[in-house]
Amino acid sequence: MLTSICAVIGFPLLGATINGLFGWKIKRKAHWVAVPAIALSAIFALRLFSQVLAGHTFVGDLYPWLVIGKLHVPIGFQLDQLSVFMITTVTFVATWIHIYSIGYMDHEPPMGYARYFCYLNMFVTFMLVLCLANNYVLMFVGWEGVGLCSYLLIGYWYEKASAANAGMKAFVVNRIGDFGFMIGLFLIYKFVGSLQFNDVFAHAHEITPAMATIITLLLFTGATGKSAQIPLYVWLPDAMEGPTPVSSLIHAATMVTAGVYMVSRSHALFNLAPLSMEVVATVGAATAFFAATMALVNNDLKRVLAYSTVSQLGYMFIGVGVGVYAAGIFHLMTHAFFKGLMFLTAGSVMHALHGELDMQKMGGLLKKMPITAITFIVGATAIAGIPPLAGFWSKDEILAGAFVHGHKVIWFVGTFTAFLTAFYMFRLIFLTFFGEPRDEHIHEIAHESPPVMTIPLIVLAIGSALVGFAAILPHGGVAGFLNHVLASGHHVAEAAEEGGGVEHMLMIISVIAGFAGVGLAASMYLKGVPNPKTLGSTFKPIYTLLYHKYYVDELYFFLFVNPLVGGSRQVLWKFVDVVLIDGTVNGVAKVCGWIGSGLRYIQTGVIAHYAIGILGGAVILYWLRLLFG
Amino acid sequence: MTVNYPILTTITFFPLVGVAVILMINKEKVNVIRWTAAITAAINLVLSIPLYFAFNGKSASMQFVETHKWIPALGASYHVGIDGISLFLVLLTTFLTVLSIMASWSIEKRVKEYMISFLLLEVAMIGVFCALDMLLFYLFWEAMLVPMFLLIGVWGGPRRIYAAVKFFLYTMAGSVLMLAAIITLYYHHFQISHKLTFDLLSLMSTPITGKLSLFLFLAFALAFAIKVPMFPFHTWLPDAHVEAPTAGSVILAGVLLKMGTYGFVRFCMPFFPFAVSKFAPIFLSLAVIGIIYGALVAMVQDDIKKLVAYSSVSHLGTCMLGIFALNAQSVAGGMMQMINHGLSTGALFLLVGMIYDRRHTRLIKEYGGIAKVMPIYATFFMIATFSSIGLPGLNGFIGEFLALLGAFQTYPFFAILGATATVFSACYMLWLYKRVFFHEVTVSANKKLKDLNLREIAIMVMIVIPMFWIGLYPKPLLSKMEPSINLFIAQAKAAQVRKVAHEEKLPKALQVALKGEISEKGEM
Repeated sequence: MLTSICAVIGFPLLGATINGLFGWKIKRKAHWVAVPAIALSAIFALRLFSQVLAGHTFVGDLYPWLVIGKLHVPIGFQLDQLSVFMITTVTFVATWIHIYSIGYMDHEPPMGYARYFCYLNMFVTFMLVLCLANNYVLMFVGWEGVGLCSYLLIGYWYEKASAANAGMKAFVVNRIGDFGFMIGLFLIYKFVGSLQFNDVFAHAHEITPAMATIITLLLFTGATGKSAQIPLYVWLPDAMEGPTPVSSLIHAATMVTAGVYMVSRSHALFNLAPLSMEVVATVGAATAFFAATMALVNNDLKRVLAYSTVSQLGYMFIGVGVGVYAAGIFHLMTHAFFKGLMFLTAGSVMHALHGELDMQKMGGLLKKMPITAITFIVGATAIAGIPPLAGFWSKDEILAGAFVHGHKVIWFVGTFTAFLTAFYMFRLIFLTFFGEPRDEHIHEIAHESPPVMTIPLIVLAIGSALVGFAAILPHGGVAGFLNHVLASGHHVAEAAEEGGGVEHMLMIISVIAGFAGVGLAASMYLKGVPNPKTLGSTFKPIYTLLYHKYYVDELYFFLFVNPLVGGSRQVLWKFVDVVLIDGTVNGVAKVCGWIGSGLRYIQTGVIAHYAIGILGGAVILYWLRLLFG
Repeated sequence: MTVNYPILTTITFFPLVGVAVILMINKEKVNVIRWTAAITAAINLVLSIPLYFAFNGKSASMQFVETHKWIPALGASYHVGIDGISLFLVLLTTFLTVLSIMASWSIEKRVKEYMISFLLLEVAMIGVFCALDMLLFYLFWEAMLVPMFLLIGVWGGPRRIYAAVKFFLYTMAGSVLMLAAIITLYYHHFQISHKLTFDLLSLMSTPITGKLSLFLFLAFALAFAIKVPMFPFHTWLPDAHVEAPTAGSVILAGVLLKMGTYGFVRFCMPFFPFAVSKFAPIFLSLAVIGIIYGALVAMVQDDIKKLVAYSSVSHLGTCMLGIFALNAQSVAGGMMQMINHGLSTGALFLLVGMIYDRRHTRLIKEYGGIAKVMPIYATFFMIATFSSIGLPGLNGFIGEFLALLGAFQTYPFFAILGATATVFSACYMLWLYKRVFFHEVTVSANKKLKDLNLREIAIMVMIVIPMFWIGLYPKPLLSKMEPSINLFIAQAKAAQVRKVAHEEKLPKALQVALKGEISEKGEM
């Protein structure tokens, strides 16, 4: 199985290497390298999936990597139900996004085209390393590696200042999270003496609950960076500067879910720390709600989806935070389908409208681009939790899990957010695809995208509609499959079994919330009752606050960035370095100079003066001896 | 593979052959001189490679040892040898010298003298890492100053005289104290053993009483701390770097700074374990201050070279943190950081030099959009940037992670502070990268910049390969270092491991080191 694992990772790596080294020669044919690479990887991933399904799992090392003293970190992989679930999702969605990219990026200059596919393959490589690693350090390689690719791809159009800034912001904010993550690893090593998953989880119970809490909170800090949760979510909306397939693959379907995967992978540690779990669930719920409110008023097609991603990631953290890890991972998978799909459709709209993103200028696109519109509606219906589409199943499992485990407030926030989600998604649909065209010129140029783009849309739409049924497959469905890994020795699974009757009621409530959201959006944006414009002016302060994203970016700049940069320049550099230290150094030199030039005057060259000096010195020495001798 | 010729002497002095040849070449024939120097350095690199393969990675003792009488009356001998710690520094030196000379094609002024200085510098540098006799060490240590002084002072930028003098005086201030300490050590040893010797291993086995050892430690430490440079002795570095020619900066950052850290590992700490236990908190604090301070000051620089110079202060802080934390991971991390910093910062200086050759400015605001006009250059700069900020998978991560992980085991507080560097380094390097390479090209002079030529690409490929290699497979380095590192740790914290020594069989060299510590205890 090690060979297959290496093949899964190796093909995209090979693709990235070829396009990286020879991209200047391959140019517009880059996709002939990149797409087969990822497709082969997906095929091998599926093969591995079938093997795991048959009950074969694997843990093993490729070669020793960081070995010194009693530290032993290999390049090694772990294939179990959880990791195989991840890599199958990742490679499947990635393959279709690669194909879609052929159409989307066709206006790019040849060199940029090859660069794009190189990065895209490289991203998948790192994402697979992240999912397949059998130890925390190798996971960290993938973790930072996907961050690198995210940086490179957000800044793909680096001539644009906004893109360049967004890329840097993403990497730096992620590094803040990674700082916590690294300290978490140091603590694990200190108390367990290993960073291999198997060792750590086998010895997890030896860690005191207090220490487990600290460790897990630190790990979660890393997750808030990568998975864009409060307070480190700020980079994700800006990340929309990247090409849209990138937003779809990296900033919706795969990379941003790494935090959820990491927490689930570390469930043996989190289970020891109820407080940390509480924090995870609370942060998740808060983020889900907070981000959804920002999506309510935004007019930028991609930003709405970005806030929606932040919000949905919040749901996943609710899931893992309340202990239904499998539900969190399941939502990760369904979200990869429907949110990946919606970004691609948004890209299709952009592609047709030459980059226009302002929904207020769209309208009535349904007739012009029916496939795009319909697939989007499928995605939105899925996210809104309308049965029987994918989002309904996974979101429901999460919310039911929260309720059953006694997190009533979180359940309520989650359900209310589901209402908001349905509302903003259908607001987007009605503004974009329905009603009268609000900008004639834009409506003129709109056209359906080529098949190379629409086929991936259709595939993912079918997926968005159907993958939810995986929940009710035999042997406990997805949860039953994942719980081979995730529920080992944990009480949560049994608890979930009990609340059968309540679950049906919860399900009905969340479906009502979804429909209510759709209904309100239809009434406001199709019929104009109540009129969105007048609502906006009635609640102007709230509207402004939401529209400016709660001024969080400005706050961070005011609190952290400006003081740090200003302080470093004015205090550390201009004062400590230049005035204090160099002043002292140069001062010493100056004093030496003064003494020298002062003493120069006694070097008269007249022998008599020297004789007097010698005599005077002798006399003084004699006196001193008399006085102290 | 075995080596049965005096390999260390060969590689130390081989550059002199090149010097002799260059002396005979007419100074007008600059290209012949350049190639002679480059080939000499390249041959020396090839000559040094057997060191790695012939080195016995299981042993902590000195290898390839050569001893010859030098000044018998003083007890000074020509005694050279390397262990797992100096091995890689020698290799780094021969490697970076080749690249530096190849990067010196843009030097037009006094090429002959320049290349001679450079080859002499190589002799002194290798000598420093190989010397096992204190007098010999001091000789090479001082000898290294002269060519470096000339490189900055003759071929440097506008403020070269100020920078060269500052560099020289700063270093001398430390060296003089070190000389005094060496002499004290020498006499101290004489009083006890009635034998005159400068031999490192003999001196190390001499017990040194508590108070004296503190003073001697500080004298050595000052000399090395200036070289590292540790905060607050670092202000010579930005000036020296900014004014030095490209190759000078590469060597300065890549090799000369390592002599400071090497000095701590080779002399300061094994000699005076008592002082180490006393002063560790101070040096750990200075290391951490250096890490954060260097990074923050780097962030706000307007000059690319100065930014990289301050980042060195930060990186070397991590190195010192690892070394003073004294456990296998942290010291290995510190050692790796020494090599990695040589590669990544060396690469950055080379790259800065390449664009300086084209535009004759290093001010960040003069650039922007360079990725568009010089894509190959931008790619290499990107790799060097991520190597420098410790992206996992590249070399920088190995050193940084091990150093911090190790430091955390003994000094969690310092390690947490030190780990903030991971955030700050991303800030200053990516901000730099953004301002230089991204955005539109605004300055018209940048619009027709030529991308790297073949020679430059060859240089960068050579330096990038080890970045990936160390990042992906550092084991060959780590495993060869490990015994020497363990010995060093045992020596530097002799007081704590003494008990173990009685229970377990330890290598002979270690027992010698421990014996000194035991009798010290008896005297106190």
